[in-house]
Amino acid sequence: MDLVAEWFRQLYDTTGINLTIVYDAYDRQRFISGVGMTIYLSVVSILISIVIGAIGAWAQGSPLRAVRAAVNGFVVVFRNTPPLVQIFFFYFGLGQILPRVENEDGMMVQIISNVQWAIISLSLFAGAYNVEIFRSGIEAVPRTTTEAAEALGYTRMGVYRHVLLPLALRICLPALNNNLVNLLKTTTLAYAIAVPEALYVSKQIWNDSQNVPVMMTVLLLLYTGLVGILVFIMHRWERALAIPGYGQGAAK
Amino acid sequence: MTSHMSSLSAVNPAPANPMPVLLPFQLGARQRRFPTWRATLLHGCGIVGLGLVIAGTAHAQSGPGQLSAIGVIIKWFPLLMSGFLFNVLISLLSMALGTVAGLGLGLGAISHNTLLRQVAWGITQFFRNAPWLVLLFFAMFMIPFQFTIFGTTIPFPDWVKAVIGFALPVMANMSEIVRGAVKSLPSGQWEAAESLAFSRRQTMWMIILPQCVKRMIPPWMNLYTLVAMATVQASIVGVTEMLTLIAQVHAAEGGRPDLLAPLYGFAMLCFFIYCYPIELWTRRLERRFHLHQ
Repeated sequence: MDLVAEWFRQLYDTTGINLTIVYDAYDRQRFISGVGMTIYLSVVSILISIVIGAIGAWAQGSPLRAVRAAVNGFVVVFRNTPPLVQIFFFYFGLGQILPRVENEDGMMVQIISNVQWAIISLSLFAGAYNVEIFRSGIEAVPRTTTEAAEALGYTRMGVYRHVLLPLALRICLPALNNNLVNLLKTTTLAYAIAVPEALYVSKQIWNDSQNVPVMMTVLLLLYTGLVGILVFIMHRWERALAIPGYGQGAAK
Repeated sequence: MTSHMSSLSAVNPAPANPMPVLLPFQLGARQRRFPTWRATLLHGCGIVGLGLVIAGTAHAQSGPGQLSAIGVIIKWFPLLMSGFLFNVLISLLSMALGTVAGLGLGLGAISHNTLLRQVAWGITQFFRNAPWLVLLFFAMFMIPFQFTIFGTTIPFPDWVKAVIGFALPVMANMSEIVRGAVKSLPSGQWEAAESLAFSRRQTMWMIILPQCVKRMIPPWMNLYTLVAMATVQASIVGVTEMLTLIAQVHAAEGGRPDLLAPLYGFAMLCFFIYCYPIELWTRRLERRFHLHQ
């Protein structure tokens, strides 16, 4: 470990490439926790947004007009307003109105912390897209399939859970994949409400060490890597779930 | 993404009539060129909902001698609108820049030259997978604030750098749109052009690209709404646009915490009114082009 650190210190002396995140313990710890926060934000928001999408798509098929209108309104509003303004609206707007509570240090803090607000707004933002994606998947399932399930005595919920959703999920996986990648990239916006994620800590580090170009490159590579991992997982999942007889080579 | 969705949703339209074949062929719905504004329940919900948030929080909490939130918004309306127009300007400029660059990159990505193709592919993937905000920081810090060419100094203010910062992801996405559109054309078009002795360049410019324009317009418009909504991120890196002005207006009104929700709600409303018609129009075009192909 010391040897590696020494090598990177030498790299800085000889080439000017200052990777403090490797040889400086404090910066390294900061950076790792930042990356951890980005991964945490992404994973939690991805899971919640998928749940929102599934519930929303189910509610869109509701016989009640009011429920359908409410879901449509939610989707339309969240798709057509900037995610950054949504985050500000939630964190500054709603967060200020909510009552404050005392934390263990005796400080008055907001009930919902900035990390939680980031998760809430990111999930709602991606969830709105997911509703549309799941709906398109559900619409692509042949009507006769639903009818067959109904004829077999499934309830509305049963049809949705056991027949429609499994098929729809497989159909809409490529679109979902796209949206989740987008969500991963959108987590950087949490920077604006001081959530210590990768971009935020990187900015702290380059402010301290004056190594903007190096940290910028690291950051771009980091996100390319994270997106790559997510795409890899999603492709594996896509292949595992492929419906035999659909698409190119899916039956293999 | 949207193009994918609507192509899926168009696969199985639920037959309204059990015997549609017997109905007369109708052209009516297809002939309309521009979206007509239909105030459905859905649009009403969105707009009324946002309005309620603004008005409700305002009336609940405005004390004596203070302007209500609506009063504040009306008072500062011209300033906030100038900020919003600046956002629109940034989005238009970066879209123009990104489209031109993306067209070149996309043509590079389908070139027969292996090296050129791989380089273009690499650039596309790199800028497509990087978050917009990181690219914005990248442009802000990496581009010098002025250039000196042949003795003349060209200043690069922050907002120009922001335009370039937004143009980078637009370029990469545009490149994918171009590549996708060219790939989606039947190969018979290429073969027919070849048999008529068109050169590759002639085929591309006179036969392939004109047909691709129709396929590229819906995703391109989709991309534009994304850019328009991303421009608010410029406030994070210090460009004075709508969100910056909102923070200043909030401070000028004494920093009342109850004003923040209505002010940000107003920003959401502005973008909604700007972006939603574009989305409706995009969907209409997608549906129309889908029927014709």
